[in-house]
Amino acid sequence: MSAHEIPVPIKQQYFTPGVKVVFAVFLAGAVGVAYRFLYGLGAVTNLDNGYGWGIWIAIDVSCGVALAAGGFTTAAIAEIFHKEKYHVITRPALLTAMLGYTFVGFGVMIDIGRWYNIWHPMLPDMWQGNSALFEVGICVMTYVTVLYFEFFPIVIERFKSRVNLPAIIAVLNKPIDGILHIADKVLRKIGWVFIIAGVVLSFAHQSSLGTLMVLVPTKMHPLWYTHLSPLLFLISAIAVGFPMVVFESILASRSFKLKPEVPILASLARYTPFLLGLYLALKIGDLTIREVWPYVFEFSTESWLFMAELVLGVIVPMIILSIRKYRRTVGGLFTGATLVIGGVVLNRIDVFLVAYKPLYQTKAYFPSIWEILVTAGCISALILLYRAFVMIFPVISQPEDEVAGRMDDTSVKANFSKAR
Amino acid sequence: MSLGRRDFLGLAAASSVTLLAGKSLANEQQLPKECKDACAVLVDTAVCIGCRKCEWACNRQHNLSNQDMAAFDDKTIFKIQRRPDDKAYTVVNEFRDPSNPEKPYYTKVQCMHCLDPACVSACIVGALEKLPNGPVVYDAWKCIGCRYCIVACPFQIPAYEYDNALTPQVRKCTFCTERNLAEGNVPACVEACPNEALTFGTRDDLIGLAHARIKAYPDRYVDHVYGEHEVGGTSWMYLAPADFKNTELPELPPDRIPPNTENIQHAVFKWFVPPLALYGLLGLIMASKPDKENEQEAEK
Repeated sequence: MSAHEIPVPIKQQYFTPGVKVVFAVFLAGAVGVAYRFLYGLGAVTNLDNGYGWGIWIAIDVSCGVALAAGGFTTAAIAEIFHKEKYHVITRPALLTAMLGYTFVGFGVMIDIGRWYNIWHPMLPDMWQGNSALFEVGICVMTYVTVLYFEFFPIVIERFKSRVNLPAIIAVLNKPIDGILHIADKVLRKIGWVFIIAGVVLSFAHQSSLGTLMVLVPTKMHPLWYTHLSPLLFLISAIAVGFPMVVFESILASRSFKLKPEVPILASLARYTPFLLGLYLALKIGDLTIREVWPYVFEFSTESWLFMAELVLGVIVPMIILSIRKYRRTVGGLFTGATLVIGGVVLNRIDVFLVAYKPLYQTKAYFPSIWEILVTAGCISALILLYRAFVMIFPVISQPEDEVAGRMDDTSVKANFSKAR
Repeated sequence: MSLGRRDFLGLAAASSVTLLAGKSLANEQQLPKECKDACAVLVDTAVCIGCRKCEWACNRQHNLSNQDMAAFDDKTIFKIQRRPDDKAYTVVNEFRDPSNPEKPYYTKVQCMHCLDPACVSACIVGALEKLPNGPVVYDAWKCIGCRYCIVACPFQIPAYEYDNALTPQVRKCTFCTERNLAEGNVPACVEACPNEALTFGTRDDLIGLAHARIKAYPDRYVDHVYGEHEVGGTSWMYLAPADFKNTELPELPPDRIPPNTENIQHAVFKWFVPPLALYGLLGLIMASKPDKENEQEAEK
């Protein structure tokens, strides 16, 4: 149980055959990124004057933001609603959110033509309050900073009283340690400011991301064009938060050969059917009010994708995760969580790419091999960094008695008990 | 452009009946060349002869591909329907009315300079701006290259310099703002038009002129001034001999586009009350006593 588990850095070999494959994909993506910066968007993407946005916006940015929702949802339940047992999963979720949003920023930088101007939305004389994208931009920039502040205590925990720089810069050991001690004291006092800010900022930009395509009434397929879009984006982001935590936690325990935290994850997954139900109700109400049901059953590509979103991504996982028997098995949890994630990813791709119909293009947009490689490379880099972080920092919790024997420094343990 | 040249070019095309019609129509109402606010252009596709002089003038004005005038005489280009892009801010396309297929007519397309432009509302940094006197202009220095304007435009006009790796710009018709319209200049394309298919003036005057032409020659025009109401009105407007469905100009509702998102944005962030209220609420919940019962609740 959670009371006996403490987060510790995982001591295992970094490179396994699987990690090497991920690393190879990362390298291919890095070549794509270099190619893009040297030769421009035209050389690497299939974008044109009709399709201004491709998978770098639909997947890297839009799905990236949605799937990082585990960070604010677990922070809310564990820290704001004080459901203490979920503390064991807040750190992995926070790490995913921090890395996820960092890569969202990076993804934006790769996609925008004048990447060196990425900071322009921060300049007050360029503020553009009418633009939903401005809102997204400002909130994401602020939130990524908040996430760094939220993660910093974990860095402090790892290095406090243990700063040990090599050779000449060793003289800095004392001052840095002093700074860490002060930062520790301050962050303990004001940490709540960042935790609540993280939730509010997430509400704001998750919904504004759904507002973006509301500006395109004449070029959107009626199945996805709705003024309810911001609310649907927000609810689906909240709904995918816990499944994302479940998904990662199971994958991480598989990868590190740890026992999955089934009771905690099952407990967390109890909330998912309610959130999916709310989403489904909103979606059904929206289709009914806008009188677009005929489009659902016209059996076109769009209608199939729309049905897949709702049936496979919402209804099926809602059923799986409602049933206790399935919810309390690794297989049931993993299937349910994966379906929810797949549904949200499909929804974002549908809204940004499938539903969007330029006026004069004769051929539908399909990403180039380089676009796909860069996206795959970004995801790989995220996995590699995640793995590195959980090996360096106390993120993943393990049973105390198992850890005790392996721990190289008891101060980690001591610090943690103090923090709690 | 001197009158002599205009007359010469006009005579060169004198076989066209539309020319004479154009001349007489333009004389119906003397429009002021100078217009300090709400500049507009009326494109009379029934008068246009498809000479592509406007393309040439635009190309020269903006130093685009710098082709000479002869390059724009090629009429075979009408076989394909072209779109404006980063190297041509305006293009002329040929269309035929299915009920009168022998007689082609021509439509010049460029940025419509909407009265309430979606691109301006979309722009994350305010790099696109609707000037009070009509033009929608772009400031490359502010632009981050997000291309939301390209996604947002209901006419699919902004074009991107995808092949420029370092300093790509959004390119589109500037309404020749750089020619200083307020000082009595007209856009390069309007100046170059030998047939007065393009009329420059204040928007109100041009709407009046357009309806007067429709009234005077009901069999020559379809009763629709394209751009008078589309997406809340545009600064470039069109007259046509047949239904606009025959052309590439999209069928659009009369509603302005930006309120779709601006109303949502401004409601959610009104005085920052909703986010601050959420912050306060969450703060209260967090400050209230930890819920110890939950500790026992986990599924075993």
